Amino acid sequence: MKFAVLRFPGSNCDQDCLRTLQDTFGATAEPVWHKETSVDGYDVIILPGGFSFGDYLRCGAIARYSPVMAAVREAATRGTPVLGICNGFQILCESGLLPGALVRNRGLHFICRQVHLRLENTASPFTRAGQVGQVLRLPIAHGEGCYLADEETLDQLESEGRVAFRYCAPDGSLTPGANPNGSLRHIAGILNGPGNVLGLMPHPERACEERLGSTDGRFVFASLLESALAAVS
Amino acid sequence: MKDPTITPELIAKHGITPDEYARIQGILGRDPNFTELGIFSVMWSEHCSYKNSRPELKKFPTSGPRILVKAGEENAGVLDVGDGWAVAFKIESHNHPSAVEPFQGAATGVGGIIRDIFTMGARPIFLLDSLRFGPIEAGAPGAAANRHLLAGVVSGIAHYGNCIGLPTVGGETWFDETYAGNPLVNVFCLGVLRHDQIARGAARGSGNPVFYVGAETGRDGLAGAAFASRELTEESREDRPAVQVGDPFREKLLLEACLELLASGCVAGIQDMGAAGLTCSTCETASRGGSGIDVDLDLVPKRETGMTPYEILLSESQERMLVIVHRGQEDRVREIFEKWDLPHACIGQVTDDGLMRIRVGTRVVAEIPAADLTDQAPVYHREAAEWTPPQDLDISTVPMVDLTAALPRLLAHPTLTGKRWIWEQYDHMVRNGAVVGPGSDAAVFYARECGKFLAASVDGNGLISRLDPREGGRRCVAEAARNLACAGAVPLGATDNLNFGNPHKPEIFRQLRDSVEGMAEACRAFDTPVTGGNVSLYNESPAGPIDPTPVVAMVGVIEDEAHITRQGFRGPGDSVWLLGERAAGLDASQFLLILHGRKEGRPPQTDLGTEVSLHQAVRDAIRDGLVRSAHDCAEGGIAVALAECCLSGEGLVGVEIFLPDDERRDDESLFHEAPGRVLVTVDPADEEAFHDLATLCRLPVRKLGTTGGSELVIHLRTQTWRWPVEALFPAWDGALGKLMGTVAEPLAAH
Repeated sequence: MKFAVLRFPGSNCDQDCLRTLQDTFGATAEPVWHKETSVDGYDVIILPGGFSFGDYLRCGAIARYSPVMAAVREAATRGTPVLGICNGFQILCESGLLPGALVRNRGLHFICRQVHLRLENTASPFTRAGQVGQVLRLPIAHGEGCYLADEETLDQLESEGRVAFRYCAPDGSLTPGANPNGSLRHIAGILNGPGNVLGLMPHPERACEERLGSTDGRFVFASLLESALAAVS
Repeated sequence: MKDPTITPELIAKHGITPDEYARIQGILGRDPNFTELGIFSVMWSEHCSYKNSRPELKKFPTSGPRILVKAGEENAGVLDVGDGWAVAFKIESHNHPSAVEPFQGAATGVGGIIRDIFTMGARPIFLLDSLRFGPIEAGAPGAAANRHLLAGVVSGIAHYGNCIGLPTVGGETWFDETYAGNPLVNVFCLGVLRHDQIARGAARGSGNPVFYVGAETGRDGLAGAAFASRELTEESREDRPAVQVGDPFREKLLLEACLELLASGCVAGIQDMGAAGLTCSTCETASRGGSGIDVDLDLVPKRETGMTPYEILLSESQERMLVIVHRGQEDRVREIFEKWDLPHACIGQVTDDGLMRIRVGTRVVAEIPAADLTDQAPVYHREAAEWTPPQDLDISTVPMVDLTAALPRLLAHPTLTGKRWIWEQYDHMVRNGAVVGPGSDAAVFYARECGKFLAASVDGNGLISRLDPREGGRRCVAEAARNLACAGAVPLGATDNLNFGNPHKPEIFRQLRDSVEGMAEACRAFDTPVTGGNVSLYNESPAGPIDPTPVVAMVGVIEDEAHITRQGFRGPGDSVWLLGERAAGLDASQFLLILHGRKEGRPPQTDLGTEVSLHQAVRDAIRDGLVRSAHDCAEGGIAVALAECCLSGEGLVGVEIFLPDDERRDDESLFHEAPGRVLVTVDPADEEAFHDLATLCRLPVRKLGTTGGSELVIHLRTQTWRWPVEALFPAWDGALGKLMGTVAEPLAAH
């Protein structure tokens, strides 16, 4: 199983993703430059966090035009799992691979802290190793993470079970104070229709080692590796 | 456009004295033209030449077995950390630009120090910052303007650091009226590299091509180095064009491209264009290389038309580098720059005539012996005023206050309070290395490149330095070293940032001299050579000079991950010990300043011998596995230190403390600020071993109490004070956010 970690100019979590996959999971993971036109041969594609193209114009708005994104779209259509983390999530929204948009945090500040998340969907290749309702502790680090979509889209996401993660209190409840950025319906991560594209604002790659304060992010990568095994058997 | 004629007024406007002008005439053997006058003006500014501070800086210890690149040799010093790996680190100020335009001033300060580190061939891995502002509490004079500066500086640092992907993992922020109108913004960056990756800023090899890479040159930041070497006045805001505009995205590309380029082996020399831009980078590389350099300004990428040679040479546009390339490698170099979409041009070549020759096409516009420009800068031995030592505080003049109310007040004071409002705006987790992030004594960073756990702390105490500069110098170094010891680290080296007023004033020069001597003495005691640093003089607003504020950042290494120690209590049932001597007096304390509004007294003196033993004892106890938590006891005294231990762990933990009767007043016992004290928690099963170890080190050691419960309880004689930790927490954790609640103060309020 081979992971591609896309590298846009301004990506800055690409190394963290590569090292986590290689060192913590012993997986094969390679950087893929944004000017590449093919992602053939990769089993999972990761769009890492950072400030692609400086977040100029709008977060992710320029990266969506990078040559590699046409290949990502094709791979997503074929069913290849595509994971967008933070800026990667923003790029997926700008690309139309996921609905909605991520706008400035309610409090206007960049926020970097550990937050609690409730896992809402375990049917995807990214979340199959978890349990519905499980509360996780993962870091966020973003200035534009407030998820917005129109009511119709939100209702559709809910009814199709495509909300993967919500910001919550430590006990799993959806209190207003537990929503760090003002995301509608506390949404922290969503899936596309077929369930093979996930975008989330929190950083699972920053929560895979005890020394960093949480290992709750491991299950995302463990799920992907498990999914691959299941696909083979 | 015709150059202006050189008149005495024009010379004076460039900050050049008649003596300095005569020296310029001597070097050139003729009068300088306008462009050359500009070049000398920036190169001989304090910012570039250290002409007022150089004799003092020589007092710092700068050598040692771990030093690979010494202070002053290059953009940053380099220290061996073992196994063929090294660290490059440095602190730098951006005080003046931040006073005028806080967001861009702070942002470009971050950009500048990052370039200094990757210029050395190192991969930058983390940042720290040391900040000073005027009072921000409601009702304080100028509070709105000071809040505007704080909000702007923090978001500027966040903007640049977050975008480029460098975590700010620690720092310190103080508030005092002395910094109103003249905030201090000191930023530290550290990078890692292998010994064989050290890059040099020298132009060597006659005929080697000189490349310009990075942002196009514009008129922004014209002569910023000269601007930074003047006092701030009411008119300083008109200098806003002297503040540069930062583009962290461009710098990220430049960083990746330069590291890729350095790895390619094509580079003969590399230098960033920071202060004094193209001027400084060309003459310094030539001077270091013992060579000459010939540059054609027509070839420099520009973003504005009609720029004069003077403007091009003195521009401080950000995110630019000068790269000297081995001849024949030009295509490979261009390929890398093009991969990263960076503007670039071959603008000249290295020569062997020792001249910095600047041309526009074939017309020579400046021709100066490069070595003379850098080495013949004037050096001034300024006059120092006599020192009158401060009087001891007469404690009888200090009225007693309600101490139960005093502690929450201190914990909510911006200087002592939790700084989460600041550091949550920084991405302190990127690079997956912040094992101990902001909010503990020292930050601990796992440098994955080399598998090392690095610790770093930045410290300064303007109040103590004001009252006793020599002690202030010793104190900040000792505190940084103590913070490292509390984290379990052995200190390796230090970098200093000297923030002072106008050195032409004998009183200010005395502060500078004494501070440096105190710092140097302490650095020798801890065996931490100074690898470089920054001098920021002329920190004066219309209200007068700032309190002298030397700041030191110290770097250490923790050999074993198991030895990483934090300041917060770990849980109930641990015994609490105080290592170090208890002294007394409220002299130079934050208690006296915050509750009584007095900057007075004679600061307790740091005994460096005892400090060294104390730090060693703390490390030994940590290595023996006896320490659950360790916290430096500093500003706010033992009561504040205990509260920080209760509040800054994984969860809130209470404690019951029995202070010994030291025959002092209650306020002295709780809040005095003697140096050389550490609060340690120990598993009761290890108490005997811990006590033996401390006694063996001949250190005063005393058990104070036990952790647990929901209150911070202090007993002294017949008195008992109780503070529920749940009530203290919001005062400490939320005060800053509350004060900054609505941040966007309009600039007009300034």
